[in-house]
Amino acid sequence: MNSSATALRQLLTNQASSFRYAAMINHVLKNMGIPLLGIGLFLLLWAGAAQNINTSLGKFPGPSAVSTQFVALYNEHVAEREKADKFYQRQEKRNAERMAKDPSYQAKIRGYTGKETFLDQIFTSLITVSSGFLLAAIIAVPLGIAIGLSKTLNMAVNPIIQIFKPVSPLAWLPLVTMVVSALYISPDPIVAKSFLNSMITVTLCCIWPMVINTSVGVAGIDEDLVNVSRVLRLPALKHVQKIVLPAAIPMIFTGMRLSLSVAWMVLIAAEMLAQNPGLGKFVWDEFQNGSSESLSRIMAAVITIGFIGFLLDRLMLQLQRWVSWDKSSAQR
Amino acid sequence: MSLLLDISHIDMEFPTPTGSFKALDDVDLKISEGEFVSLIGHSGCGKSTVLNIVAGLYQATKGGVILNGKEVSEPGPERAVVFQNHSLLPWLSAYENVELAVKQVFGRSKSRRETKEWIEHNLKLVHMDHAMHKRPDEISGGMKQRVGIARALAMQPDVLLMDEPFGALDALTRAHMQDSLMEIQAELNNTVIMITHDVDEAVLLSDRIVMMTNGPAATVGEILDINLPRPRSRLDLADNPEYNRLRSEVLRFLYEKQRKVEPFTNGNKSAASKKAEQAA
Repeated sequence: MNSSATALRQLLTNQASSFRYAAMINHVLKNMGIPLLGIGLFLLLWAGAAQNINTSLGKFPGPSAVSTQFVALYNEHVAEREKADKFYQRQEKRNAERMAKDPSYQAKIRGYTGKETFLDQIFTSLITVSSGFLLAAIIAVPLGIAIGLSKTLNMAVNPIIQIFKPVSPLAWLPLVTMVVSALYISPDPIVAKSFLNSMITVTLCCIWPMVINTSVGVAGIDEDLVNVSRVLRLPALKHVQKIVLPAAIPMIFTGMRLSLSVAWMVLIAAEMLAQNPGLGKFVWDEFQNGSSESLSRIMAAVITIGFIGFLLDRLMLQLQRWVSWDKSSAQR
Repeated sequence: MSLLLDISHIDMEFPTPTGSFKALDDVDLKISEGEFVSLIGHSGCGKSTVLNIVAGLYQATKGGVILNGKEVSEPGPERAVVFQNHSLLPWLSAYENVELAVKQVFGRSKSRRETKEWIEHNLKLVHMDHAMHKRPDEISGGMKQRVGIARALAMQPDVLLMDEPFGALDALTRAHMQDSLMEIQAELNNTVIMITHDVDEAVLLSDRIVMMTNGPAATVGEILDINLPRPRSRLDLADNPEYNRLRSEVLRFLYEKQRKVEPFTNGNKSAASKKAEQAA
């Protein structure tokens, strides 16, 4: 009697756990399987279409050609690094020898001037986009708060924002280039002019969504919360710090996410034209180079650009989850 | 009892695109220290406008409010407000919400330990000490309102202004909150002005009920003294003839003398009454 009860219970738990496994497998299939299926279908379509597109540089690259190039690009990077290391070792050795011969000799360290690899370009692009984005945020958030708090200021500034918002980065770039070359004169520049050009262009394009969203967030603060602040007689600065800023945080982040995706798109275009090192320049150089591998290398860059853009957005979302009190606004 | 608050002949006019709209006409009311006064009236009668003028959030067009012999010209913590929908800062915990008020009002006059004790004391008063580190979205509507009351009490106001504090709560929670408020009132004996729609609530809690006429140009219609002995219990009062007489007095005022007739006219008047709804 007792043993049969135990057996029954065991059977039931087994069944329950097998149900749970089934549910889990189902869940995994749904959440992993469907996106994978989508990607697989896309690759098939791509491979099929690529077969049938002939260009002056050969066939349009399919997935396999592109993945080969990914490996090649990585290998080139490793090789270039080795070359650089060897260069520095040689230099050090030579300097040590000369120092031994002549103790008064002042050793000069010369930088390695090999070409920048794909990974270097990615890194440069990330630096440029984050500098441009940060500069934009430093200007846009306080400006947005001021506009949101003052109806008069909003009326004064709004037309200007609305006019500049839709301007393409390519229109700004020549102006920025000329202004930077006119104003940024230094015998020993900290950063390259081309870097400044693309950074400022990024800033000019991604400042607007942040200003607009911040000001909307600030203007939309619950009247009651403002009344709480008035009853407490919070001084202006404390009012902004304790009430306005936290209340507007969800909207500020919405603006920042929009801006960052704009910034990333703008950056690639700016780099192509400004000849600032980065992914845009990589694409342009490959295009000018026109070898049989160029198209697949460009395609590899395209995929990388998309992937990094996606990662940047996720990063912003994660940041929002950490910072913002309103978790519901940080879902997608 | 000495005179604390004098709402002296106030008029309130709101500018509208079709000319000014008179919400209040010669509202005059004197409130003594420790008194609990309810303002009751149909929606749109300008009860909230009166409260907002006392709070200093609105400026009366004519007349003024005198508190402790000084005219009120701006909002301030000595006239703490409990808002209808709690108005807690959603990014702060219950404790931090009260802390913001305490730090602002008492500043350096309280040491760090005194501040902490004072915050905890006030949260205990409203029976929220068990959840003081929860954020507003983690607690129920009634609990939020308790924190709102704790925040107002923590400012040690001369007069506590409550704008339909329990209007958004369900009936059972509301009864709980009323009992809590009576408890606190028995202990602190604050001067309170409360706006309400609820006849039972008004009779149960108040020393005086101020009944307002319908707007536009609303004013004080009748004032009813409630001389029921305290502490009051809602169960005992249910069969109390005096309680029921007072209750029917208020009901008679609201539904016979000041029966609300929704205006069907168009144009100026409907725009004006819409404005009145907003103002109330």
